Amino acid sequence: MIDALILAPIGVPLLGAVAYLLIGWRPATAWLAAASAALVLAAALALAVARSGHGPELELNGQVRADPLAEFMLIVIGAVGLLATAASPAWLRGEIAAGRATARTAARHTVLVQLFLAAMAAAVLAASLGIVWVAIEGTTIVTAFLVGQRRTRHAVEAAWKYVMICSTGIAIALLGLLVLNAAAAHAGVPADLDWAHLVAAAPRLDRGVTRMAVALLIIGFGTKAGLAPLHAWLPDAHGQAPAPVSALMSGVLLSVAFYAILRVKAIADPALGTGYCRSLLAVLALASLALAASLLIGQRDYKRMLAYSSIEHMGLLALGAAAGSAAAIAAVLLHMLGHGLVKGSLFVSAGRILQVTRTHQIDDVRGLAARMPLLAGCVGFGVLALIGFPPFSLFASEVGIARAGFATGLGWATALALALVLVIAAALLTQVSRMLLGQPDTAPQPAGTGTKRATDGLAPVVVALAACAALGVYAGPLTTLLHAAASVLSGAGGLGKS
Amino acid sequence: MTNTAYVELLNLACGALLATAVLILWRRQFAAIIRWFGVQGLALASLAAILAVHGHDARLGAIAAGVFALRAVALPWLLRRALARAEAAAVQPQRETRPLVNVTASLLAAAVLTLLAYAVSQPLTALTPASPAAHAIPLGMAVVLIGFFSLVTRRRALAQVTSFLLMDNGITAVGLLTVASTSLLVELGVSLDVLLAVLVLQVLTGRLRETFGSTDLDELRELRD
Repeated sequence: MIDALILAPIGVPLLGAVAYLLIGWRPATAWLAAASAALVLAAALALAVARSGHGPELELNGQVRADPLAEFMLIVIGAVGLLATAASPAWLRGEIAAGRATARTAARHTVLVQLFLAAMAAAVLAASLGIVWVAIEGTTIVTAFLVGQRRTRHAVEAAWKYVMICSTGIAIALLGLLVLNAAAAHAGVPADLDWAHLVAAAPRLDRGVTRMAVALLIIGFGTKAGLAPLHAWLPDAHGQAPAPVSALMSGVLLSVAFYAILRVKAIADPALGTGYCRSLLAVLALASLALAASLLIGQRDYKRMLAYSSIEHMGLLALGAAAGSAAAIAAVLLHMLGHGLVKGSLFVSAGRILQVTRTHQIDDVRGLAARMPLLAGCVGFGVLALIGFPPFSLFASEVGIARAGFATGLGWATALALALVLVIAAALLTQVSRMLLGQPDTAPQPAGTGTKRATDGLAPVVVALAACAALGVYAGPLTTLLHAAASVLSGAGGLGKS
Repeated sequence: MTNTAYVELLNLACGALLATAVLILWRRQFAAIIRWFGVQGLALASLAAILAVHGHDARLGAIAAGVFALRAVALPWLLRRALARAEAAAVQPQRETRPLVNVTASLLAAAVLTLLAYAVSQPLTALTPASPAAHAIPLGMAVVLIGFFSLVTRRRALAQVTSFLLMDNGITAVGLLTVASTSLLVELGVSLDVLLAVLVLQVLTGRLRETFGSTDLDELRELRD
């Protein structure tokens, strides 16, 4: 039973991809994708409940392992996946009606999205860091054509930069893995790069070699997680990708790449002491936050604005990981889920705005609140959630990260980060209020875009935002899982100090 | 194989790796770049074969065959096909026309990067000081660095893809020379990913030509802040 639950998050989307390959995309099959994502979420929840957040780790032929951290990541993938795939049918209908896509493009889009979900699930369930690497590079390959789906100059440019920069970054991580493997072989660890074996053997790893490996791994996976300095692909790719894909890439893919960093940190801390990863991550965090703040202030494209905000939130995750205490990691994980739901919602709404107004420019969108109150409400509440207003769960997790930062001696870095977060919040509020408020353009734009209603496909967004708010008020049984997952990671940190 | 012969063959293969990397950096004609890339794949496969024979390791033998198939046959063939298509479209000369750094400076950079490679590989060579393979790790690292340098200074799509693969060859060489085996599943997955990434990049190169009329990456400046 538990075996089936562990394999479902990889197997169900794979079956979904095969199904779409065979029968294509038509209105009758449109909801199959969402059903597959819902099954992933259900399996993730059932797995977490069945193993109740602790207990022994489960292995399947030694290749797949579920521990509380992996279970939590599966919940994030399932939840944001459900949001994005549930919003897809309306978006695809809009694109087909506007003549920018055909049923064939829609079929290919859906096949690739299903493979994308399977690859992310494989990345968090893999027992070997080598397979984690393969799965994460696999996400680059399946999403490349999703980013370039529209084949315009912008889309092709974004796809090229995305594949080139991410593949290079992830190649750096591969070098790090091989170097880490050399250190492990020297310490007598079996040659499978299994992270549990590496964590167990960490105190025996050669320090010099491990230091080199960890730096390469954090910079390499950091590229894929959108951390500065190798972030340049992110605003282009997230800005140009189709809305549901942007939602998935921003909402979960970044977090999945960050998950790899967390696993590396769990090996690095007992091997090198906590100081090494902490300074590396704190520098990356502040660089990402500073970059996001400086480019958000004058931003003119609303999808790029959301993309830069993702860099900001990855910076916050890195800050929390730098703090590294159990409370910090629990806050980081909660932040991943909250950010995934909110950013996914915002990208889906932005896709809707793009279909209705046919412009990427913030300046060209005016008076959304008067024209399309529900869409404007989604964007408005989404941005409030994004900048950390209560009751949304990002408030709780940001406070958690900040408290952990001050408590673990990262006072200056945390203070600087909070100042940058305030700047970013002000910039986001200013930009978005310009889109939502004011007089609508008199030109009758919305009618002729081939979409029936502006509210199409917004139901998943409303549910996701409500879920995020509910999480902020009461995390319930999820708290147990969060703390179990956090102790998996910071337990290793405690080992390093002894 | 005697130990002396092993060390000499090992050094020969690693020397060939570095020499082909420098040649790829030096040459501007795509056809020449791809030819030397194929030669490098061959050197890499022989490196794996030498290690396999020396260690009586059937697994490494299989990896040598895989490296040969992927890096000496499949990838150069894909690149040549991309080049043939580009020539058929014939919008621009098929060479790196205006690289960011000129030839002399590039070669000087390669020398500096090789020195740097020796410095950064210090902990790795110190890990197993008795192994001759470990002493060749800096050469693999130098290929990685030269590949990265070439990647950031080349402006044409095809040259950039080859640079990426050059870097990847260097990473494979480092992996082989640390003589720490990885599971076959991981090796397979990595090779498959590289192959698919190149296929994706090849398709994107075609689309770049369709939409921009050239594969000059300087044209890619519409998305920025």
